[in-house]
Amino acid sequence: MSGDFVRRLPRGQSGFRNHRGEFTWFNLDPWLLLILLSIVSFGLVVLHSASDGNWVVVEAQLVRLGLGFGLMVLIAQIPPYFLLRTAPFLYGLGLILLLLIYPFGTEVNGSRRWLRVPGVLNFQPSELMKLFLPMVLAWYFHERHLPPGFRPVVVSCLLLLLPAGLIIVQPDLGTGLMIATSGFLVLILAGLPWRYMLRGGALLLILAPALWFLIKDYQRGRILTMFDPERDPLGAGWNIIQSKIAIGSGGFSGKGLFNGTQSHLDFLPESSTDFIIAVLAEELGFLGVVSLLVLYGLFILRGLMMSLNAQDTFGRLLCGSITFTFSVYVFVNIGMVSGILPVVGVPLPLVSYGGTALLTLFAGFGLMMSIHSHRRITLL
Amino acid sequence: MREALALKDHHSESQIYVERAATGAGLVIVLFALLIFRVGYLQTVQYSDAVARSEKNRVQVVARPPVRGLILDRQGILLAENRPSRNLVVIPEQILDADDTLSDLAAVLEMSEEDTARFRRLSGRTTRRFESAPVLFDLSDEQVARFEVNRYRFPGLSVQAKLVRNYPQGALMAHAVGSVRRINDQDALLLDTSAYAATDHIGKLGVERFYEDALLGQVGYDRVEVNARGRMMRVLDGVKPVNGQNLTLYLDAGLQAAADRALAGRRGAVVAIDPKTGGILALLSRPSYDPNLFVQGISHQNYNALRASIDAPLFNRAIQGQYQPGSTLKPFIGLIALGNSTITVSDSIEDPGWYQLPGTERLYRDWNWTKTNDGGHGRVNLEKAIYRSCNVYFYDLAVRLGIDRLSNDLKQFGFGQASVLDLPDAHEGLLPSRVWKRASRNLPWYPGDTVNLGIGHGDILVTPLQMAAAAAALANRGRWVTPRMAQNQPFDQVERFAPSGAGQLPDRVWAPIIGAMEKVVHRGNQIYGENGTAWSYIGRDIDYRMAGKSGTAQVVEIEQGEVYEASSIEERQRKHAWFIAFAPIEDPLIALAVLLENGGGGSEYAAPVAREIIDYYLMTALGKTAPDRAMVSLQ
Repeated sequence: MSGDFVRRLPRGQSGFRNHRGEFTWFNLDPWLLLILLSIVSFGLVVLHSASDGNWVVVEAQLVRLGLGFGLMVLIAQIPPYFLLRTAPFLYGLGLILLLLIYPFGTEVNGSRRWLRVPGVLNFQPSELMKLFLPMVLAWYFHERHLPPGFRPVVVSCLLLLLPAGLIIVQPDLGTGLMIATSGFLVLILAGLPWRYMLRGGALLLILAPALWFLIKDYQRGRILTMFDPERDPLGAGWNIIQSKIAIGSGGFSGKGLFNGTQSHLDFLPESSTDFIIAVLAEELGFLGVVSLLVLYGLFILRGLMMSLNAQDTFGRLLCGSITFTFSVYVFVNIGMVSGILPVVGVPLPLVSYGGTALLTLFAGFGLMMSIHSHRRITLL
Repeated sequence: MREALALKDHHSESQIYVERAATGAGLVIVLFALLIFRVGYLQTVQYSDAVARSEKNRVQVVARPPVRGLILDRQGILLAENRPSRNLVVIPEQILDADDTLSDLAAVLEMSEEDTARFRRLSGRTTRRFESAPVLFDLSDEQVARFEVNRYRFPGLSVQAKLVRNYPQGALMAHAVGSVRRINDQDALLLDTSAYAATDHIGKLGVERFYEDALLGQVGYDRVEVNARGRMMRVLDGVKPVNGQNLTLYLDAGLQAAADRALAGRRGAVVAIDPKTGGILALLSRPSYDPNLFVQGISHQNYNALRASIDAPLFNRAIQGQYQPGSTLKPFIGLIALGNSTITVSDSIEDPGWYQLPGTERLYRDWNWTKTNDGGHGRVNLEKAIYRSCNVYFYDLAVRLGIDRLSNDLKQFGFGQASVLDLPDAHEGLLPSRVWKRASRNLPWYPGDTVNLGIGHGDILVTPLQMAAAAAALANRGRWVTPRMAQNQPFDQVERFAPSGAGQLPDRVWAPIIGAMEKVVHRGNQIYGENGTAWSYIGRDIDYRMAGKSGTAQVVEIEQGEVYEASSIEERQRKHAWFIAFAPIEDPLIALAVLLENGGGGSEYAAPVAREIIDYYLMTALGKTAPDRAMVSLQ
């Protein structure tokens, strides 16, 4: 650690100032903010239609967005080194909360995902893990030589699998896999050697048949349904059939906002949450979908730029993994609604109606902005 | 050196990151391209398919039933109408648990085994089309109230009002009007299902069946926007149903009731025809049944009772009962013989009371034959042979005519064919011939068969409707009118068919025969053996001129699979009583045939029935109290 000459520089105060080469405001990145606001506004319009013109839903979403913005601004003020130092403790806290679920968790629909502190708050520890895991991995690799050798890879895999496993057995396979993915993205960005990845991939292929028998019936059903929704058109296949009809019937320019029959007549299930992209596709057509994807693309682009500008490994990895995880969410959600991925409960980021996931997203953006806005002028 | 190795190489770490981030960015581009490609595929290649399916989701075509046409008698009295009925209908997709629902329902409404089975069958199928199907029919006010109070317990069930057929005249008109039945699975296979999309019933008998297409009307539909739970949001557009045409019959409800009174509970049939039009004024078959029982589906118990009854109430004697005509055939044989000049009116024979074919032993007896072989009618010409109903004369005449001429020429009066326009269930009867006997029994025609045919016995069979039609042809002096039920005929495509040879007899034949038939009724106050056969029963105080002919038919067999029952065999072996008549002679307004099953002698039993009916028709139905004036004004 003593070999790090950057570390030997005095931290952050006299003689060095925050990077002010471009406009910032409360440590917020204006470009990311602009794109974020565009996506959110677009999303609110679609949500208004998807909720059948119900302003209550839109207002509730606005309140959440407000909270999210507040959280983002708050987190953006935290200096990255503080984040770096607290990362392992946060990760430990997250693990403890995940474990606390077993004695104290509230059971909903046969799975324990919620911790309830009566009258105070009510949350899913897995949401916290969505950020704490990338943070702790970024912290871990920050201290190590990159690309990582065998030992760090094993350790980081353990760090990754521990929370993911706890979440999967709740059971919440979707979230568990998404968290594992976000952690895995850190590993890849940190330079996980390709040969490890190839071996891991091969191992997974070999294990796939075993996994097939390990997963639950309804999960198998979802995979089968993806390949052939018509095998149970009124049951398991209903959602995906109806969402494909909704998307397809939108055509190039859509049926017009508020004119989607699939969503307004309730043929499309979950139309304001996980399946909201189908509403967009039905009412605004191909143009609408491509517009949203372009906005997402710009957001990802800006996120990557921010990560490239980050000045240390921790910042790069955290920023990059949040950005790529965001892309994965977008892909998985739209892929699932359009029938090329099995149905998993992944909301469309920033557009789907929903509580805690939205806050987590904004917290992540807060981290990115903190890293970006607390850069120091380099000596070079 | 060790120190140097331990140094983090920031440049190379940053290089690794750039590399990996670039790879990741490339992957994101590929994945996003995949999404765009996928969505684009759905929205272009699958566009029309998806639009069709979303429309199919959204739009439900709800068929709207046409109101079935009413059936009225000539006075406008309702014979078949539509009454509202409330059914319990189920939308199978909305049933949560069939067993729970069923047990709850059984606690609220009485459900028979059939109802339960029906409910199970219906609730088993789910299509997400949210179409309702009836489970219980014709709920009473109390049942509706009990169900509605408990409504919240029965998602997927509701009470639906529909119009169903009602026959206000009940059993009286059952055989005349026919009835509708609930469409069953076999029907459904044969029907144009779109035409019956909203209709549960179909005409199964009589006029209801024949005029089904006109009575049914045309189904309408609404295109309705529905949501995923099957709730109707709004009506998009639609086509109104075209209600069925009302049908006015020639039937006279008052006359029918009069005929029923005249039958006085006896088994038998009456068919009365307006000779001018062929319109059927009365068509009665007794015993009868309440057609309303069949409309919503008759219970097995009731149905079996009707089927098993020895009186065969379901059997339409008027158009399907096939009996030997007995002596009522004689005027027609007389017409043929006069027409082809086999005899003249003045030809006469000596009747010893029996007839014998040349070279044979067997005696064919007259009805007044006595064991001492005297009796007989003495000198008999055609006129007397009819008003005294002399058998021997017609034995002789039939033999002189021969079977070929008889079987050919009797056709013109409609025998042996269902010459009726709109009663699809009418039977043809049987007009025997050499060809028929060879084909059906592989036997030659014996001369004795001809002898029997001369007095309407043997193989010949006729229905009361055929006899009435033949009487109408007589009344019209040969002009054939096809019997028909409906006045406003929506069915011009049905050709008015007449039996071959009808109306070709020369004019000279009518007066003698009709005169002889007049004497059957009116020739009285003569010495013994000279009065008309029916005079003493109906002719003494009659105020108008009626032509008639009685008949008494042997009972050869028990019809329609009736159970042989010892207690009633005596009665059921008695002869069938016939009477055909028309009146007034000068300008006939009504022609009829009366049949009393096992009724006894035609003159004694059937003739008074005929008179009572004609009396009613001429005096009451035509609105005249005094028959003379009626006749004058009608002329």
